[in-house]
Amino acid sequence: MWSTLVRWYHQLGSPRYFYRFSTVVLPWCWALALCLTGTGLVWGLAFAPEDYQQGNSYRIIFIHVPAASAALSGYVAMGVAGLVALVWRMKMAEIMIRAIAPFGAVLAAVALLTGAIWGKPTWGTYWVWDARLTSMLIMLFLYLGVVALMQAISDSRQAARAAGLLSVVGVINVVIVKYSVEWWNSLHQGSTINITKETTMPAEMLIPLLVSIAGIYLLFAVSVLVRARAEVLRRERKSRWLQEEV
Amino acid sequence: MYFESFEAFLQMGRHGPYVWSAYGLSALLIVASLVSAVRSERAARQAVRRLKRRQQLSGESGHESGS
Repeated sequence: MWSTLVRWYHQLGSPRYFYRFSTVVLPWCWALALCLTGTGLVWGLAFAPEDYQQGNSYRIIFIHVPAASAALSGYVAMGVAGLVALVWRMKMAEIMIRAIAPFGAVLAAVALLTGAIWGKPTWGTYWVWDARLTSMLIMLFLYLGVVALMQAISDSRQAARAAGLLSVVGVINVVIVKYSVEWWNSLHQGSTINITKETTMPAEMLIPLLVSIAGIYLLFAVSVLVRARAEVLRRERKSRWLQEEV
Repeated sequence: MYFESFEAFLQMGRHGPYVWSAYGLSALLIVASLVSAVRSERAARQAVRRLKRRQQLSGESGHESGS
């Protein structure tokens, strides 16, 4: 078990192995991501029943929750990559920070925008400065900060160190976003899907939501793989193995 | 389909504008980001190909002049 993990770490730490691995995996990820996202969204928009309190506005949940959830998980992944980049100076981890941040920012923005639009018919306002909404806005700024740092510092290894530090520190904010609806009074409703408690959603709504979540997570994976490949291509352009691959 | 007609599906009760603007904006952001990622990967791959070709050319000419 341990030796498999160590081997994995070394293999995925090698740009060459990653490039070959992603060449094989990427088409499958694309296909699965598009299938699941399409199925989940069409199911949620056209086939799931109406909510008895919120009517049809609740259908925004099928993009809002997947985007928010993937933005949070993506930030944790970026934090782990940041830690590995800071402690072990691993090249692939540096590449991953850069590959995760742009789509993470997009998903955080999607969660905020769809949440605001959903808030209008449900709460009567687009925005309130409460804990959940504010901490999510901070998450968007953290993602954008990582993107900006990566672009502002021309030395890519130094840029990765700065962005890695911001990624690691920002993980605290993930915890705040996650528990904000329990720690403080919030307009935002509590979690719909619970692992430890019973989930408060009927299957006709829950299944399309889970399908959309899987689809958006996979789209995130696709985006990370594509951007990481682009970065490997830029960094390793002079290596012999890469020139043989392209 | 849950809705009785396509018009009802578009109207979503009285929530059509909210639901469709939310989905439209999301699609716009997500698709734009994915397209830019794919483009930058393609551009990087072509840059490597160009570099490879240039090196092969200079390698060959260097070889000829040496012989």
